[in-house]
Amino acid sequence: MSPIVQGLITIIVGVGGCVGYFFLSNLVLDKVIFPPRGDDAGRNINRANMVRPWLFLFPALFALGLYLVYPVIGSFVRSLYNRSGDEFIGFGNYTTMFAEEGFQTAFFNNFLWVIFVPAASTFLGLLVAQLTDRLSWGNIAKSLIFMPMAISFVGASLIWKFVYANDPDVGIINAIRFALGATQPLDVLQLSFWNNFFLMVILVWIQTGFAMVILSAALRGIPEETVEAAIIDGANPFQVFFKIKVPQIMGTIVVVWTTITILVLKVFDIVYAMTGGNFDTEILPSYMMDYMFRDDGRATAVAFVIMIIVLPVMIWNIQNARKEMR
Amino acid sequence: MADLKLTDVAKTYGGTVDVLKDINLEIKQGELIVFVGPSGCGKSTLLRMIAGLEQITGGELQIDGQVVNNVPPAQRGIAMVFQSYALYPHMTVRDNMTFALKLAKKSKEEIDAAVNNAARILQLEPYLDRLPKALSGGQRQRVAIGRSIVRDPKVYLFDEPLSNLDAALRVATRIEIAQLKESMPESTMIYVTHDQVEAMTLATRIVVLANKGIAQVGSPLDLYERPENEFVAQFIGSPAMNLLAGEIVSTGEVTGVTVHDGQGTIMTNIPTVDSDMGQQVNVGIRPEDMIEADSDTYAFSGKVDIVEALGEVTQLYFEAPKSDTDTDTVIAKLPGIHTQMRGQEIHLTARPEKVHLFANGRSLLYR
Repeated sequence: MSPIVQGLITIIVGVGGCVGYFFLSNLVLDKVIFPPRGDDAGRNINRANMVRPWLFLFPALFALGLYLVYPVIGSFVRSLYNRSGDEFIGFGNYTTMFAEEGFQTAFFNNFLWVIFVPAASTFLGLLVAQLTDRLSWGNIAKSLIFMPMAISFVGASLIWKFVYANDPDVGIINAIRFALGATQPLDVLQLSFWNNFFLMVILVWIQTGFAMVILSAALRGIPEETVEAAIIDGANPFQVFFKIKVPQIMGTIVVVWTTITILVLKVFDIVYAMTGGNFDTEILPSYMMDYMFRDDGRATAVAFVIMIIVLPVMIWNIQNARKEMR
Repeated sequence: MADLKLTDVAKTYGGTVDVLKDINLEIKQGELIVFVGPSGCGKSTLLRMIAGLEQITGGELQIDGQVVNNVPPAQRGIAMVFQSYALYPHMTVRDNMTFALKLAKKSKEEIDAAVNNAARILQLEPYLDRLPKALSGGQRQRVAIGRSIVRDPKVYLFDEPLSNLDAALRVATRIEIAQLKESMPESTMIYVTHDQVEAMTLATRIVVLANKGIAQVGSPLDLYERPENEFVAQFIGSPAMNLLAGEIVSTGEVTGVTVHDGQGTIMTNIPTVDSDMGQQVNVGIRPEDMIEADSDTYAFSGKVDIVEALGEVTQLYFEAPKSDTDTDTVIAKLPGIHTQMRGQEIHLTARPEKVHLFANGRSLLYR
């Protein structure tokens, strides 16, 4: 069977199955289990309406339970076992890991990422959203800035490998250095400590578009009168922006910020594709990838540490997003 | 505290779309000027031009003798109260009121004194540390007014400040604004509204805007009793003035007219000259000036179509006279309760001092 036919069948069965499930289960509920007739017609309608949301939610809850909750518990259990998984060692994986220099480097680097990337992306996104707001070609500029969002992390890494290439004929960084008089090419990805930031720039490049789109919508939601009132009150454009506009969209800024923070804590592709974690650029997710398949106990322990770090940010994010929706 | 002078002020969008033109207006210190007019007549635009939020594309605006066409809003010495209050939602009431003063780098003592004074006048003292969302609509509007007061501006601008309030609160706040004006007799205020009651009760003078220009400027009762043209006649007063087609049949200190659908000669106190004889006119009579007449002499006669009994008055709706294409319905407002009148044929007229005459849309009183 050709892959195209296979794909089509999958789509038809999948979508048809979903539609079929909702339609048939609803039908069974209304016609067979709680039919709206007989002595208890009214009671049956009420009961059917109470059951219906759960019926419709069931596939999602089931899938999340199977593919999210169970793996979390399974991973945690696995992290308590040794490398081959046949000996229970309690928190042994965690204690050895925390003592290891590689983990500490990854932890510190990840800390840098979490500070720098969300801040830079949100700030640049906000700046672009404000600056393009009144321009006739603003939408074109926005489209261009949004485009990296559509590129995979590995794809983006490849593009930036050219930018950082250790050759003035390929890499723009070295081309600029040569134009300014340098004679020896420099591999910026090997500059200890600073190379972290060269990697972060890639994620900032990708995420600025995301921040820009959300914040642009938020800026447009600000009542124009408050801006006019501020102008009459004597505020200059900077004061209008920072004292009137930004505070009014603070909730959205926090949501964008935390959403990017969560993403940062999950990204391993960029490090993996650019440096493979060498030259002290390791971060937690790539550190985890190093141990995957070699020492699943250690890898799951790292995964769990990441989850513990992400969890509070996630809760804060969801709380703020809910507040925004009200 | 200042005079305003508008000379040939115009507003054009994109070089082609005229919104306002030839606006000439002098506003003296201490006046409360109300701009009224139908939706889209440009009254808010004119206010925003005075505020500096809209560019003045023609003519000249002077505040206190100084041309301010290109002066930024903050330096014009104006303060504006918006329809939507436009409070800064993230700032407390106090911060809302002090924002302008802090930007102007006023001293802390000065700021405190101004805020405490405004809060006392507007009874906002208990709410100074609240956020706007914790206030009612009326309180929010008071904060917006307070934000203006603290700046001690030369001119206060109000852009439909009561439109977002419910009916009861609107009356209360209207009275508060009237009292505020009384307590600050030196201050100049410009007030935009589409509500006639606000215009009639608050204004020193009303400016009626229509057709991109000023239709008439005058005291509220001037506009009511001596409208310059049919537009003002029908715009001021509710329900609108009835206009009945007629003809001048006698001239002099008092004028006699016949109405095409009436009977006999109706007299009016408007003087006319000999050459007016035979002139086709619209005879204007306000619904509340209509009185029942006998069958010999009347301005209008018709079968009552609809009766609206409001208690103190009864509004009678008649179908428009056949020979008149300008008027849809004729309305009479009689004191007392007359619910039994539906379907009856009645004759109506008005006393000579209550009859207006318009030729080609202009009142014959002004020429």
